[in-house]
Amino acid sequence: MHPILKLVAQRLALSTLLLLAASVLIFAGTTILPGDVAQNILGQSATPESLANLRKELGMDQPATTRYFNWLFGALQGDLGTALTNGRDIVDSLGGRLKNTLFLAFWAAVVAVPLAIFLGLLAVRYRERWPDKLISAVTLASISVPEFLIGYVLMYYVGVKLGWAPTVSTIYDSMSLGEKLSAIALPVTVLTMVVLAHMMRMTRAAILNVMQSAYIETAELKGLTSFQVIARHAFPNAIAPVVNVVMLNLAYLVVGVVVVEVVFVYPGMGQYLVDHVAKRDVPVVQACGLIFAAVYIGLNMVADIVSILANPRLRHPK
Amino acid sequence: MSEKLLKVENLKIGARIYPPGEKPRNIDIVHGVSFELEKGKVLGLIGESGAGKSTIGLASMAYGRGGVEITGGKVWVNGREILGTNLRDLRKLRGTEVTYVSQSAAASFNPAKKIMEQVIEASLHQGKFSKKEAEARAVELFTKLGLPDPENIGNRYPHQVSGGQLQRCMTALALCPEPDLVVFDEPTTALDVTTQIDVLMAIKDAIRDTGVAALYITHDLAVVAQVSDEIMVLRMGDMVEHGTTDQIINNPVEEYTRDLVSVRSTQHEGKPPTDNPVLTVENVTARYKGTNFDVLHNVTMELHPGQTLAVVGESGSGKSTTARVITGLLPPREGKIHFDGRDLSPDLEGRSREDLRELQMIYQMADVAMNPRQTVGTIIGRPLEFYFGMKGKEKRARIIELLDEIELGVEFIDRYPAELSGGQKQRVCIARALAAKPKVIICDEVTSALDPLVADGILKLLENLQKVENVAYLFITHDLATVKAIADSIAVMYQGRVVRYGPKTEVLAPPFDDYTDLLLSSVPEMRLGWLEEVVQNRKMESAGN
Repeated sequence: MHPILKLVAQRLALSTLLLLAASVLIFAGTTILPGDVAQNILGQSATPESLANLRKELGMDQPATTRYFNWLFGALQGDLGTALTNGRDIVDSLGGRLKNTLFLAFWAAVVAVPLAIFLGLLAVRYRERWPDKLISAVTLASISVPEFLIGYVLMYYVGVKLGWAPTVSTIYDSMSLGEKLSAIALPVTVLTMVVLAHMMRMTRAAILNVMQSAYIETAELKGLTSFQVIARHAFPNAIAPVVNVVMLNLAYLVVGVVVVEVVFVYPGMGQYLVDHVAKRDVPVVQACGLIFAAVYIGLNMVADIVSILANPRLRHPK
Repeated sequence: MSEKLLKVENLKIGARIYPPGEKPRNIDIVHGVSFELEKGKVLGLIGESGAGKSTIGLASMAYGRGGVEITGGKVWVNGREILGTNLRDLRKLRGTEVTYVSQSAAASFNPAKKIMEQVIEASLHQGKFSKKEAEARAVELFTKLGLPDPENIGNRYPHQVSGGQLQRCMTALALCPEPDLVVFDEPTTALDVTTQIDVLMAIKDAIRDTGVAALYITHDLAVVAQVSDEIMVLRMGDMVEHGTTDQIINNPVEEYTRDLVSVRSTQHEGKPPTDNPVLTVENVTARYKGTNFDVLHNVTMELHPGQTLAVVGESGSGKSTTARVITGLLPPREGKIHFDGRDLSPDLEGRSREDLRELQMIYQMADVAMNPRQTVGTIIGRPLEFYFGMKGKEKRARIIELLDEIELGVEFIDRYPAELSGGQKQRVCIARALAAKPKVIICDEVTSALDPLVADGILKLLENLQKVENVAYLFITHDLATVKAIADSIAVMYQGRVVRYGPKTEVLAPPFDDYTDLLLSSVPEMRLGWLEEVVQNRKMESAGN
């Protein structure tokens, strides 16, 4: 077997195991949480009998391991159960939310990743000079300000004062792509500012590291311009560390956007999760946890695989 | 302005250095060097490390490595003064008119790109050839340089070809844009002697066939004598002597040049073996963990008290692995190590402190073998504490004694490794090994990283110490000249086997086995025409077979 296939298969197997372990943690974590769903649903006036009946109905009387495996096999078949609070099928209500979250994350990534890499290349080209320092200062400043503050500031100046973009980002299926994009312009801007610095700094550091190599000197002595040297010779060898940090930030865009979603009233996963945590709706929390874990593990696996593929020694063995 | 291809006038080069614990300051590397080079001629630049030869070579492309800066003088290429021109014009010069071949092709090729792409990149970038033309020219050069499968080798990645082949690819890279001048910076130094000969011949042929002029930079006078028309000897940034190759080799004027020509003053009369060897390697077969092939096959050799056994071979021959087995770092699969009448435990854990003390080691890279944050005194004092429990005055007295033995003064006791020269560092490592009062010292390529004159000093020191301390050396090296200078007996290794073994006089006398013959005849000799002679002889032999 080609060594690459073997390595990729290894990564896939490891990721599956990891996801399984994460599912155990999520289930165990939600099970040992204090509070009782039945009590929550029925309220203060519930009798012990009605509580016991409801628990039985919800399957809460079975041992934890049985419940875990029922849940796991259900999840494997695409059935995440029903929400306790409103009795709706979780997959149905989650599907739309997940789509919205991915939509927002995708467009934030489309803006942020190329911009970060370009700024990183630019910072290397003008290292230790004013463009480098300006890029570093601006991106570090934007990552240091809390995202809700950036959100409200943008909302006030860009949305209210200038009127360039809507301040509420609620989107519906009936909207055209253009309308949707216009609606999410502000949250995308905020998210971009949050993830930019990390990726930009890593690109800069990884490329500077490669710039010490002898083959960079060879390229310079071929008469290439600085930017050609960086883009053609340094960047291909800096892909692995850059991809890793890009994937971490993509995962953050999917998993960590709760605040931005709330600020802009965006109907995504984060808001959905927060709502149901407050209501102790355990199946929904479990489902969200599982999806977040899958996204995190999946993206990191992609980063690993890309790093492997970026290595010519592995791609083209002797 | 000038008819010459390259004219360098009063070139001055400086650099900013950052010594530890001091303020950064500017130093001069090259103080006013002048020379000229005609079309199609080869000038050899020779000198020890720090002589400024690479710096001068790169200055012909107006390039300064790291913090190096050209501070004065003038350089003309094809009649144009290049030091005053702007970067854009320089870029047109680099990669078309002047190209560069570096010491380590392995590091100088981008690992992420195919060889062909890199070889033709400069030609395409400068618009000198179309892609098709450039590729055809590259294939032609690959053929000329004797690379296997010249049609397809360009489709490979750098890690997929051998070191010698990659060095030839680098030469093709430099010649592809039809430059007027190529700077060869130690192009064969990193190669084994048997490979060096082929690459050297390929470079020489390519220079002759393309009519390109070259600056050939090396520290090995015997090598430069084979390829250049003229030689310039440099020392500490000054020109020592400049003349035709014939004059420099056969009638050197300056004393320093004479030293370089007649280096290897160390002479050693081989001693006959004694009755009781101090170290015996018996039928050792070994492999590395996690692999399924042996790297050593039935290796047997003996080392006698107060004598030197030279283990010689090319990279990958198993000589360093043999040392790892002897020191216990790699337990053998089969075979035994006897030491001074007893069996040594195969692995390090099973060895007593006494075993460890009696078998010491000196390494190739002295600077990484020492803790940079410890003073010389601490470094040498450590084995005194560890093996003999010495403290205070007694320890200090012994350290000073040892410093005296390695011909360094008391003032070195408080210095840090960074404040020492390469030769001084190696001397401190020798003192550290001696401090344990060992019976055997394994010397692993201890002179390979040093300049010839410095290396010669180290060999002399080792020789003298052997007489005084009666210590035995297991001397691992790829350099046959070193072997001739110091060995009592020799083991020639090839692909994990000892192919020839015995007292020096026997091993170095004919009839030879094929490999030893190849190895011996590949060592560059300091005379004109040696390269052609060897290549001619080999052609005749292979035609005869």
